[in-house]
Amino acid sequence: MPLKLPSFRQRKDVYPADLWTKCPSCEEQLFNKQLDKALRVCPNCGHHFRLSAAARIEQLVDEGTFQERDAGLQSEDPLGFVDQKAYPDRVAAAQLATGMRDAAAWGTATVAGRAVALCVMDFGFMGGSMGAVVGEKVTRAAEAALEARIPLIVVSASGGARMQEGTLALMQLAKTVAATERLRTAGVPFISIMSDPTTGGVFASFAALGDVNLAEPNALIGFAGARVAAGTIGGELPDGFQRAEFLYRHGFVDRIVHRSELRAEVAALVAFLQPAGTPGAEEPSDTASVPAFRPLSFLSALADRVIPDDDSSERPAGAPGERGRG
Amino acid sequence: MVDRILGRPGSTDAPAATLADPKEAVWARVQLARNLRRPRTLELVGLIGDEFVELHGDRLFGDDPAMVGGLARIAGRRVVVIGQQKGAETEDNIRRNFGMPHPEGYRKAMRLMELAERLRIPVVTFIDVPGAHPGPESEERGIAEAIARSIALMSRLRTPIVAVITGEGGSGGALAIAVGDVVIALENSVYSVISPEGCASILWRTPDEAPTAALAMKMTAPDQARLGVVDIVVPEPDGGAQADHHETAVRLKAVIVEQLEALERRPLDELVEARYRRYRSIGPFSVAAIAEGPPPPERPGLADRLRTFIGGRPALPNPVPGRSRDEPPAREEV
Repeated sequence: MPLKLPSFRQRKDVYPADLWTKCPSCEEQLFNKQLDKALRVCPNCGHHFRLSAAARIEQLVDEGTFQERDAGLQSEDPLGFVDQKAYPDRVAAAQLATGMRDAAAWGTATVAGRAVALCVMDFGFMGGSMGAVVGEKVTRAAEAALEARIPLIVVSASGGARMQEGTLALMQLAKTVAATERLRTAGVPFISIMSDPTTGGVFASFAALGDVNLAEPNALIGFAGARVAAGTIGGELPDGFQRAEFLYRHGFVDRIVHRSELRAEVAALVAFLQPAGTPGAEEPSDTASVPAFRPLSFLSALADRVIPDDDSSERPAGAPGERGRG
Repeated sequence: MVDRILGRPGSTDAPAATLADPKEAVWARVQLARNLRRPRTLELVGLIGDEFVELHGDRLFGDDPAMVGGLARIAGRRVVVIGQQKGAETEDNIRRNFGMPHPEGYRKAMRLMELAERLRIPVVTFIDVPGAHPGPESEERGIAEAIARSIALMSRLRTPIVAVITGEGGSGGALAIAVGDVVIALENSVYSVISPEGCASILWRTPDEAPTAALAMKMTAPDQARLGVVDIVVPEPDGGAQADHHETAVRLKAVIVEQLEALERRPLDELVEARYRRYRSIGPFSVAAIAEGPPPPERPGLADRLRTFIGGRPALPNPVPGRSRDEPPAREEV
């Protein structure tokens, strides 16, 4: 009688049906498990696959610190919109497919120990389109960031405003931008991360207005559909048109960041971009005495992590993620 | 495209109200909003205002003829006027880029708004735009950033803003100068998140369904008023605004002056806060009953604890099942 040993491997049903994904860029067949391990970046050609909101959150913030807020917000059908399918049916189908209620999730979390308000969009939910719920979540994230005076991070992945909500979706541009503009006035930083794709009304509102705009390599970022743009010149579009690198070249993106470095970059930015007057905005004074250029700084940074330091006051004192709850 | 912009005036003779089929009635309104003979911003300012000094240039790149602006006096009060400008005939329309501004147009608008704020002069905007210019040079110069920046500026501008939709309210290109304390629309104007042709191409897979899309988007001025996006609908003379420019201007002027008077009486702080609230509250949603706050700390299963003990990673939810996310996006032309 064969002995059945307990298995520590993940159960097979975690990866239903398709174990393999074909890279749309280099056409390599990729094993899903390895693709996930590589943060869903093709190890062969560097193609960045789109991420679900959950995967994005997990990759970006300190493990287990994300506290989702307002998860119950749900779209209505203010116009009674029916195209080839009724809008509520489309929403229901998207909810089934993604397990989300709408195309964005927001909450509080910490990045390298510092509290942030985070809103993440999910392209898998109706193209990440922004209707009243997505607009509300971005706005609430911004308002929470303002109240707690912690940085706001929004990760965009969206085709634009949600047509099925008509001008009410268009008004979300004004709603979200008005909220991020209040952050700007109050000196609370806003980091906009544009992933593939960030287009239309989302790019033409908060996504373009970060104090720092980051983009993932080769992400499609643009205002109008490429077909429309081509129509206006009646010819070929420039190479790499509306890609992250195009935006970078024209001065609308600060940095193009590979996904494997995104968490570290965001952590560094959050450390720099503490709102004025926050504990932790200033580095400990002893850094003033060290030379500015330290080639081995990463070693000392490592040492800082390994060797416990009594002077840990540079971290924000307020318990991250606990403000405003309840 | 040209047909659409030229508005095919021949097909718009039937007044909207007499058409029984709602789809045709809405489409007739869209055609009226696009009518070539409709009064444009400069003409309206000429008819409404006592005097007007046009100002040019965004101080960064150039002057955009598709966006006009300047200093005007309406019923004796100073205002800064900003608006998109379509041309009257083909040659003029080409020069004005069919009223589709480039980034410099919106940056000129911002420059004038800031001037208005410094001098405490109210702003009146006239919106008539198929959409911001979608070409490569527009993208290179940051059309999205210009629109976003303009919306942001208007959301906090410390002076009254009256926005008037006179023709086509085409998406982001319209909203960029339409964030107002009060939004007025001419009866036969339209306001939409995307052109009906664009909406039809995406959702119906053919631009021929544009009238169906127009109906579904509820883009006419009266519908927009019911949705709360537009505050006041100004009736047009019989046959539409193009039939009697003078009468249209008289009716508009009365409403604009009345609104300016009301807005100027309000303290600035209150005004700006009310404007924020106006847009903050647009967009209905429901709240499903689910447990808020942190989930109860759950005790990890034996397998997970063993895995952690051995040093492996805890089981994660599968990030992206399937490949639906990696299809090319259905593009939207805001």
